[in-house]
Amino acid sequence: MSTPHHTAAHHEEENYLTHDSSIQSWLLTKDHKRIALLYFLSVTLFFTIGGLFASLVRIELLTPAGDFMSSEMYNQAFTSHGVMMIFFFLIPAVPAVLGNFLMPLMIGAKDLALPRINLASWYIFIIGASLAVFAVLTGGLDTGWTLYPPYSSAYSQSRVTIAVAGVFIAGFASILTGVNFIATVHRMRAPGLTWFRLPLFVWAHYATSLVMVLGTPVVAITLFLLGLERTLGFGFFDPAKGGDPVLFQHLFWFYSHPAVYIMILPAMGVISEIISTFSRQKLFGYSFVAMSSLAIAILGFLVWGHHMFTTSQSAYTGILFSALTFLVAIPSAIKAFNWTATLYKGSVSWETPMLFAFGFMGLFLIGGLTGLFLATMGMDIHLQDTYFVVAHFHYVMVGGGVMGYMGGIHFWWPKITGKMYSNFWSKLSALLIFAGFNFTFFPQFVLGFMGMPRRYHSYPEEWQILNVMSTAGASILAIGYVLPAIYLTYSLFRGQKAPANPWGATGLEWQTSSPPPPHNFHETPTVTTEAYDYQSLPLSATPEKGASHV
Amino acid sequence: MSSLASSLQHHFTDFKQQKESVVLGMWSFLIQEVMFFGGLFATYTVFRSQYSHAFAEASGLLNVNLGGVNTIVLICSSLTMAMAVHAASKGKNGGIAFWLVLTILFGSIFLGVKVVEYKEKWDHGLIPGIHDEGLRFDHETHQPRPTGFWLYFALYFAMTGLHAIHMIIGIPILATLAINGLRGKYGPEYYTPVEMTGLYWHFVDIVWIFLFPLLYLIGAHGAH
Repeated sequence: MSTPHHTAAHHEEENYLTHDSSIQSWLLTKDHKRIALLYFLSVTLFFTIGGLFASLVRIELLTPAGDFMSSEMYNQAFTSHGVMMIFFFLIPAVPAVLGNFLMPLMIGAKDLALPRINLASWYIFIIGASLAVFAVLTGGLDTGWTLYPPYSSAYSQSRVTIAVAGVFIAGFASILTGVNFIATVHRMRAPGLTWFRLPLFVWAHYATSLVMVLGTPVVAITLFLLGLERTLGFGFFDPAKGGDPVLFQHLFWFYSHPAVYIMILPAMGVISEIISTFSRQKLFGYSFVAMSSLAIAILGFLVWGHHMFTTSQSAYTGILFSALTFLVAIPSAIKAFNWTATLYKGSVSWETPMLFAFGFMGLFLIGGLTGLFLATMGMDIHLQDTYFVVAHFHYVMVGGGVMGYMGGIHFWWPKITGKMYSNFWSKLSALLIFAGFNFTFFPQFVLGFMGMPRRYHSYPEEWQILNVMSTAGASILAIGYVLPAIYLTYSLFRGQKAPANPWGATGLEWQTSSPPPPHNFHETPTVTTEAYDYQSLPLSATPEKGASHV
Repeated sequence: MSSLASSLQHHFTDFKQQKESVVLGMWSFLIQEVMFFGGLFATYTVFRSQYSHAFAEASGLLNVNLGGVNTIVLICSSLTMAMAVHAASKGKNGGIAFWLVLTILFGSIFLGVKVVEYKEKWDHGLIPGIHDEGLRFDHETHQPRPTGFWLYFALYFAMTGLHAIHMIIGIPILATLAINGLRGKYGPEYYTPVEMTGLYWHFVDIVWIFLFPLLYLIGAHGAH
């Protein structure tokens, strides 16, 4: 079992990256840490593909005339951007990469409860993603990521069936991840680690898992019906056969609205960890923040109709959905206020992850508040399907989800790789992303308010200035995203060796070496305190400055 | 017994923790299955309430006798599955294989009957999108079918087809368990795979218990 050379002083200790380097040991690994890295590489690839399509969209919108692409090609560009980013980057990003890596470490376990299921989920994801990429690259997909019939049934000339099959299959990867996290949190916690001692990252992922398990199958069956509709003409969504296209929208949003919380909740968990660590305080209102995750997960299932205010859905139903949507603002605000309160009188330091966390708070604030505009029925009639909506959900999903993901990657990079990255370049990247993001999407709020509809490749000339601003911002944003690829890769080869706990944080994941040994801990830890117990932290465990600053 | 010791995976402290984790994972998966079929049942509910007459009329074209026989066959397969789990918990390896083979037999009879039923629908042209003239016109009266008639059969094939796919996935798993049982891989301390497959199999049976009345019997109490 235990290898004899463990005791050799200062000898390179075996870790999960080095203990076996064969290709097979990676492709057949049941180690949650390696599977997390497999996911990391995959979602980075899909983010890049999605980003390239976004660039095409922004280039087309530089000029009012539809001159760079035909309208058909433009349809394919924004659809491919949406499908890649949502189903193959945002949904798996935080849970399947950071969650996979950290959940067992944070609860003092050797692995997730179901390691084989975990590996299966990655293969299922790759099969689904390959189908979708194949569809996008060969015949394209021109339906919009929402896949509404009849765009996706009668009127599409593109590879809808294959793409839908890909999303369907990838959905089961997400379900299996959720199932695994639920079993893990319930049954794998270390001795003494009660529910209310869990890090908020774990709470957030637990809530996310509930959404994955309860929501994803509904979109799966919806896509199954859509496939039958398109291949055999089953007619569920076809009025000519007695079907109802609005039924598709109900079923689709029953999942796809909660899916927004699959993208944002785990990122909120990341932010809770970062804010507490770099304020050196216990997170204010711990139990409120924990419960607000569950509240968001539950309320998230009751608001889908707010995507459908302008359909045949009755006005009374709309009023109900509107009111329920406002309720979601409460748990979201609870989080934002408690993060702010944690900063109060904390000793705040401005490390890179903290910059991303501040970015998250600012952008999510705007994204969340503009959500209330859209939840107001009368206002939504004006704003439905305009750039206001586009800006709103980018503020939530990119400003929230991606900022959280970037913050998390920077926070745990030393743990994952055992290497420190450049302070200067990473801070520059955080600032560029924040600035570029606002530059890109704030003008879109204005454009939307003035009535510019989404999904068109041409527009009246008076909107050009704002569109040029947006494209310029997107260029800055792109630089912000390319930089980490460079300095993080560089850190793998030339980065300083990371200590076990470079940020002086309290979580169990920081008590094992960086990178962790194959089985995470040499001895199962016992937990005696609540999370974020910075008060009783011995002074020696405060930030090891030398590591991150030289 | 050394094969038993190796069935405790390294990351668990004991068999109890392993079993509890797997059971919870399985139940979570079954909840996922409920939501998966739930989307179909929701679709059914919407269209049945909208086209109740057409649904009742279309339901009359199903073969209630075959559906009824199949219901009994499936309940029997649930019983034999439960017996297999019981045999596993007592460490009777021959018993596991015996009851599982019976379960596979009942499952196969069910699928065989389903093939006969689908063939009947084919002969009457009741398969949407493939062989569907019977869904457009009544052969005898030459009257056009009412709106909703088509949707009923679309739902019939989507629901029973998805159910059958679940059974087709289940049968090879049962066969693997039977072989493992004969090889002595399970014992009173460790028979979780048998128990989990049992949960899956019972779930698939329960889906049918809902499908049978919703699809076969709606015309039986007289359309109104």
